Amino acid sequence: MDVIHFSDGKIPADYLGYVRIKLLWIIGGIILLFVLFILSISVGAVSIPPYDVLMTLLGQNINHKWDAIIWNIRLPQALTAVVAGVGLSVAGVAMQSILRNPLGSPFTLGISNAGAFGAAVSVIIFGTGTIQSTIADPISINNPYLTTITAFVFCMIATAIILLISRIRGASPEVMILTGVALSSLFTAGTMFLQYFASDTQLAAVVFWTFGDVSRAGWNELGLMTILVGLSSIYFLVNRWNYNAIDAGNETAKGLGVNVERIRLFGMTISAMITAVIVAFLGVIGFVGLVCPHMARRIIGDDQRYLIPGSCIMGGVLLLASDTVARLIVAPYVLPVAVLTAFMGAPVFIYLIVRGYKR
Amino acid sequence: MILNVQELNFLYRNHDVLHNVAFEVNHGEIVAILGPNGVGKTTMLKCLNRILKANKGHIYLDGSEIKTLDTLEIARRAGYVPQRVETGRLTAFDAVLLGRRPHITWDVSERDLRIVDAIFSRLSMEHLRLSYIDEMSGGELQKIAIARALVQEPRILLLDEPTSSLDLKNQVEILSTIVDIVREHGIAAIMTMHDLNQAFRYADRFIFLKDGNIHFHGNFNDVTPEIIEDVYGLPVMMGSVGGVRCIVPGTAPA
Repeated sequence: MDVIHFSDGKIPADYLGYVRIKLLWIIGGIILLFVLFILSISVGAVSIPPYDVLMTLLGQNINHKWDAIIWNIRLPQALTAVVAGVGLSVAGVAMQSILRNPLGSPFTLGISNAGAFGAAVSVIIFGTGTIQSTIADPISINNPYLTTITAFVFCMIATAIILLISRIRGASPEVMILTGVALSSLFTAGTMFLQYFASDTQLAAVVFWTFGDVSRAGWNELGLMTILVGLSSIYFLVNRWNYNAIDAGNETAKGLGVNVERIRLFGMTISAMITAVIVAFLGVIGFVGLVCPHMARRIIGDDQRYLIPGSCIMGGVLLLASDTVARLIVAPYVLPVAVLTAFMGAPVFIYLIVRGYKR
Repeated sequence: MILNVQELNFLYRNHDVLHNVAFEVNHGEIVAILGPNGVGKTTMLKCLNRILKANKGHIYLDGSEIKTLDTLEIARRAGYVPQRVETGRLTAFDAVLLGRRPHITWDVSERDLRIVDAIFSRLSMEHLRLSYIDEMSGGELQKIAIARALVQEPRILLLDEPTSSLDLKNQVEILSTIVDIVREHGIAAIMTMHDLNQAFRYADRFIFLKDGNIHFHGNFNDVTPEIIEDVYGLPVMMGSVGGVRCIVPGTAPA
């Protein structure tokens, strides 16, 4: 049987050096994320030295009050920021590859807007945002679970519509992105329609919900998000070669034995699930899913082997840094992180665009 | 025999694109698929590795009916170079390494790296290894696409107009390289082409498609100006320049 054999080549040192630099970037990113994680837990209304934070996390009981602050408040919040950042970013990088469009993100497909519409339905029609709380905020959502479930259901309805139309018309990037744009407009209009007829309190509750906030999640929600984001990230990493092939063009990918339609549909479904769960638990957090993959691209390149982990780290870093600043910037008040993500990310992103790609 | 195609039929929206196409390709052989635009050349090529699924017929690729093979196994046997090669922000080495996809289970092995390195040497592209493909010329990009198909270690290369966007020097260089590799390794190649002179110079056999059917199938000695006129609707003259066979469109001046 005649087969080409070209195995007499060398292992090229220059290429190995190139790969090593990519890996160093990823390791550097993980270290940065870890340092930021400790710092994020350390700062706030009560300042805890980073070393003591580390020791507490390693199981030492340094101070009861600090223990309570770290384990009950700051650790779940910091972990939520990292997990949500990783989740939104990995969903974004997958969607950009699947849709073959740099504007691909959970927002482009209208999934986040569908979640916001779901929350508006819950607050305004089901009446979950009409009771005024006297404890912390003047406005609160008195049945967060119903709001979360409704938001999730609408995220999944948007996803189902996109997938259904893709099934009928073929899972092409054009079909998916155009359907997404249409759905995005539809749900935005729906939300505006509901808001127009809402009372002041309901309107405020809807707006409050749409400000994404990582402090909303408790350990249970965090656990669910972590499992989903973890499994999804592994799925995308396992398929990194398939995404590289899809980036090289449909026909090239098919010629390399990649089942392009299946990879697209699975990737879309998983990305949408991640987004739906995060939006349902935390509200709308913009910018991360769209921009973090591009930030990572500009540092680490387009090769999905490095881009997927790079985007995950970038998402975690941006959301964690934003949340930390959001807690400090107008202390003792805490801003919702969604307000800060664009404030923090946009200048860095503009700098990276101006600087161009790192070669 | 590497490829055996029997009664291949392909319908697109009830329109007969390919009708009862049948041919064989042997080891060390280069077959050119010729015919005017829209006649089904690319469709046929895509049916051969199941990028498109034929409605009827049998394709035996290296002895196995193609329907019984999974997509990765087909890719291990047939290397495909599409008409339009897309770029991305990848280094040339990574772009070619992608051709190892059908062989990779989790990550690249040393053998994968050695094979890619060897193909860069074979195609005299060592200096391009770490260049980004979105900064490359059309000729370089085409070489990358061919290199990617070659590192699949295929039994057959399926090339869709491999020289359509290249200047004359690059056309000659790429076609010569394909011929050399096919002969060296005893594999086969099928190329769709528009340039009849290049086809006659580099291919061993020719299949002329007309209205979804094989209008003519044979070697150069059997090709007549009438066959070409039938297929393209244009009179041609055939001759020889310095011992190289060639055709010229038009008729001899009176």
